Amino acid sequence: MNSMSTSAGTVDLAKPPVLRITPPTRWWALPFGELWEYRELLYFFVWRDIKIRYKQTAIGAAWAILQPFLTMLIFTLFLGALAHIPSHGLPYPIFYYGALLPWTYFAGALQNATNTIIENQRLITKVYFPRLALPLSAVLSGLVDFGISFLMFVVMMIYYHMRPAWTMLWLPAFLLLALLTALGVGLWLSALNAIYRDVRYAVPFLVQFWLFASPVMYPSFLVAAKWPKWQWLYALNPMAGVIEGFRWSLTGHGDPPGRMVFVSAAVVIVVLLTGAAYFQKMETTIADVV
Amino acid sequence: MTKTVIEVRGLGKRYRVGQREPYLALRDVLARALQAPFCMERKAARDYLWALRDVSLDIAQGEVVGLVGRNGAGKTTLLKILSRITRPTAGYAEIRGRIGSLLEVGTGFHPELTGRENIYLSGAILGMSKREINRKFEAIVDFSGVERFIDTPLKHFSTGMQMRLAFAVAAHLEPEILLVDEVLAVGDLEFQKKCLGKMQDISQTGRTIVFVSHQMNQIRRLCQRAYWIDGGQLRKEGNVHEVVSAYEYAMASGDQTGREGAKERGLKGRFVQWEITEPRAEAPHLLTALGPVTLKFALEIHQPVRKGHHGIALRNLENQLIWAWAADGVTLGVGEHDFCYTFPMLPVRPGTYTWHVSLYDEGNLVDYWDCLPEMIVATEIHQHTRDEWNGVLNMPCDFEILERNGIGR
Repeated sequence: MNSMSTSAGTVDLAKPPVLRITPPTRWWALPFGELWEYRELLYFFVWRDIKIRYKQTAIGAAWAILQPFLTMLIFTLFLGALAHIPSHGLPYPIFYYGALLPWTYFAGALQNATNTIIENQRLITKVYFPRLALPLSAVLSGLVDFGISFLMFVVMMIYYHMRPAWTMLWLPAFLLLALLTALGVGLWLSALNAIYRDVRYAVPFLVQFWLFASPVMYPSFLVAAKWPKWQWLYALNPMAGVIEGFRWSLTGHGDPPGRMVFVSAAVVIVVLLTGAAYFQKMETTIADVV
Repeated sequence: MTKTVIEVRGLGKRYRVGQREPYLALRDVLARALQAPFCMERKAARDYLWALRDVSLDIAQGEVVGLVGRNGAGKTTLLKILSRITRPTAGYAEIRGRIGSLLEVGTGFHPELTGRENIYLSGAILGMSKREINRKFEAIVDFSGVERFIDTPLKHFSTGMQMRLAFAVAAHLEPEILLVDEVLAVGDLEFQKKCLGKMQDISQTGRTIVFVSHQMNQIRRLCQRAYWIDGGQLRKEGNVHEVVSAYEYAMASGDQTGREGAKERGLKGRFVQWEITEPRAEAPHLLTALGPVTLKFALEIHQPVRKGHHGIALRNLENQLIWAWAADGVTLGVGEHDFCYTFPMLPVRPGTYTWHVSLYDEGNLVDYWDCLPEMIVATEIHQHTRDEWNGVLNMPCDFEILERNGIGR
């Protein structure tokens, strides 16, 4: 941790820990230790987000299914039945819903994480806690919706008489990759959003463009076939690896994640670390600007 | 043996002027964005403002310390730095012990959640663990007095009920060091009393409290020591009565911006000035001894007063009437007059008071004046040592025990 550290002195129980508050320095480090201390608060933030999301809705958790399900119907109808996009031999509903699962989670988590600093500005100016807990809780609370919409996928698998493949064991890894992507980009955007409110309006567009740049509506081999020289560029989008990985691990069909996933993971780590650094830098002044 | 729990050295906080501009015209924003997109560091050094500068202080364990100063003096900035909400620009602060801050009542409350859920949420945000909240839950609900509605969403609560619940949570916060900012200013008088009582309880358990308030009677009641922050700098520190009196005196004389509305008042005559002529203190509105006290109210009479009636009243900051008196059959010729009062003793507790004087002629108002500046009483204290036994009067007394012969042999 940086200059604002809680360090226990000598082993003397009568001596409380000394907290030293100093001006922010140029150095930064991820406050994992402090986040751990505040894990209960993190839990309460997640719990609050989930509670509030379903408090005033008529159909409550059904929204978590409806959103990807209706999108799947549209894609199946127009991209599948009409445009005959290749689908690794999978039924279109499975092909699309399997990709929309991580995509819906990612898009929601990213938008929530971006807005979280602004939405909690009252809190930020009135009480201290590691600010990182806010975007982190935003991406974590989306997992509940993901779980609910995943149940729908299980129902669809049964409907199509599909057996879960062993590749399913890889699913948590791809989900984690999606989570870290949302968190990494969310850290950047939430910090930027605190200074430039325009970010809030730009994010829906960003998500829309990103959707086209990810293999949700089409399989990624189409891109590789059309522009073989630019495949590396496509792989820089971590969600490309996540979505192909999801399809593959859910059904056992499609392209097994090769180098693409390693590129995705590397990109995610870079985005996450730089995002955390930028967020940390912002954190020192966030209460002054929001 | 006292231990320093808050040590502040050379602490400063600099803000960029305009960082908190209340509003900007859209074209300004656009123009600025075109000139310097995504560029924050283009402002010159003169656009900076030190909200806090070179503040050093030491607070010992178990002390209850007041921070006084006018709005924008830097009190809240100091609390925000100590509670880690914002970082200083210079200097450092060292804090030994678990610190909790209460900068508003109801931090983290959400209207959609029930009372029960909000207790947990707010408690966690203010720094309590889940186990701690579980343990104190009953006590919190009891203190709030809203048990019947505990499973109702907060949005259906009245403002008063929300406030009570919020304070109930805050009151059960048990950090070793508590920072409190003006939160007691909200709510009705009864609520404020309950809060003050709770704060006194907390302070008696050996916890350290740093308390910001604009209500000097609260500061006097709660604190032993005070710091006066003015323009971001420490202006005076020490015993609470000295600091508060000095602050109040400065405020009173600083507020002496002429007598507003004087023109509308009495054409026949008017009060122009008042002072304490005896005992003499460093300022004519500062009372430093119990008595005897002589006051002089100067007035100008432009038309003769034949059947005059003159009234005088003394009120405290809460507008409570301390004393009043009146004289009939006053006759005054044209010219300047002094109304002089002599009191053998003016035994009111230290604080800020206002004299009110009036003059009528044949039942018609000639002049009425809420005397400015206010009177600052900064006398020696002759009261019970425990705050809860502090009364309105501040009277010295002789106490002796006489043994009567023949009894108890």
